[in-house]
Amino acid sequence: MWTSPEALIAILGMALVTFAVKAGGLLLANRLPRHGFAAAWLKHIPGAVLASLVAPAIVTGSPAELIAAAATALVFVATRSLLPAMAAGVLAVYLARLWLAA
Amino acid sequence: MSIATTPYRFSDQFYAGARACIPVVISVAAYGVVWGVLARGAGLSLLEVILMSGLVFAGSAQFVALDLWTVTPSTLPIGPLILAALIVNLRYLLLTATLRPLFRPDQQVKGALLMGIVSDETWAMTVGEMAKGRGTVAFLLGGGVFAYACWMATTVIGHTLGSAIDDPRTYGLDFAFTATFLALLLGMWKGKGDIIPWLVAALAAIISAKLIPGSWYILIGGIVGSLAGAIADKVRHVD
Repeated sequence: MWTSPEALIAILGMALVTFAVKAGGLLLANRLPRHGFAAAWLKHIPGAVLASLVAPAIVTGSPAELIAAAATALVFVATRSLLPAMAAGVLAVYLARLWLAA
Repeated sequence: MSIATTPYRFSDQFYAGARACIPVVISVAAYGVVWGVLARGAGLSLLEVILMSGLVFAGSAQFVALDLWTVTPSTLPIGPLILAALIVNLRYLLLTATLRPLFRPDQQVKGALLMGIVSDETWAMTVGEMAKGRGTVAFLLGGGVFAYACWMATTVIGHTLGSAIDDPRTYGLDFAFTATFLALLLGMWKGKGDIIPWLVAALAAIISAKLIPGSWYILIGGIVGSLAGAIADKVRHVD
């Protein structure tokens, strides 16, 4: 079986709405004023979205992710570089989960 | 802001973008393989995997789609699949809105067409650059093409290899996203004005992630946090 018309329609539909949302954000932003409240709101979106992505993944109820987040932050502040910070986080969460499971 | 008008060599920025995305692409690859394995289990053919990864190119929406997928085409819930993709991807309205400074006002259509390549990861790396006064369309494209190629390759590998793959959590690879995003966030710190939006966003996201299934927490935290930041800015200017 290669595919079916139903699957093809579903995938194309998913692709279309996904692209519409991605393109829509940029086009809508262009209609917002470049000064005042709307500009201040747009300016704060990146930090707020990153904080939203990160916070639930850290506050899981298990200390492993909190320990790993602290290790990530320490290494990033010391090196100002993403790759070592990421490596420290992954290693810390791996070890912390092993240690907590033991 | 003159980010878009600063002269630069396209290839330099393209490679810089691809290089910058190496930490997050590790997570992309791990999840790509897992998605490929699960897609095979859910009954997607190799062609369907290639089409979905290539055309939809949105990890979270693709994972949700596997829950709804059926092996027999006649029972495939086409409407719910499309609606789920729309809902899961609504957060991209916020993400691509912040990429506006990369494009001149006369580049709107070109910019909109390029947004298909944006993912959480390459968006995060690009706004990280923009916060330092850098960041270009070429940087976004470099990361985007790299992540896209990696997602295509690893989802196909996962589908081909089948169940020989472990859960990324086993090796802590699920945390590569979180760690990189956290480091990016810390790198964007500009001063006390960031405390309110970040804290409000984090709290709103934690609470909504507990109460509402799916990826709504990103949208809710992002909107509530950024509005709190804008209101706090306004209050301080009035004082």
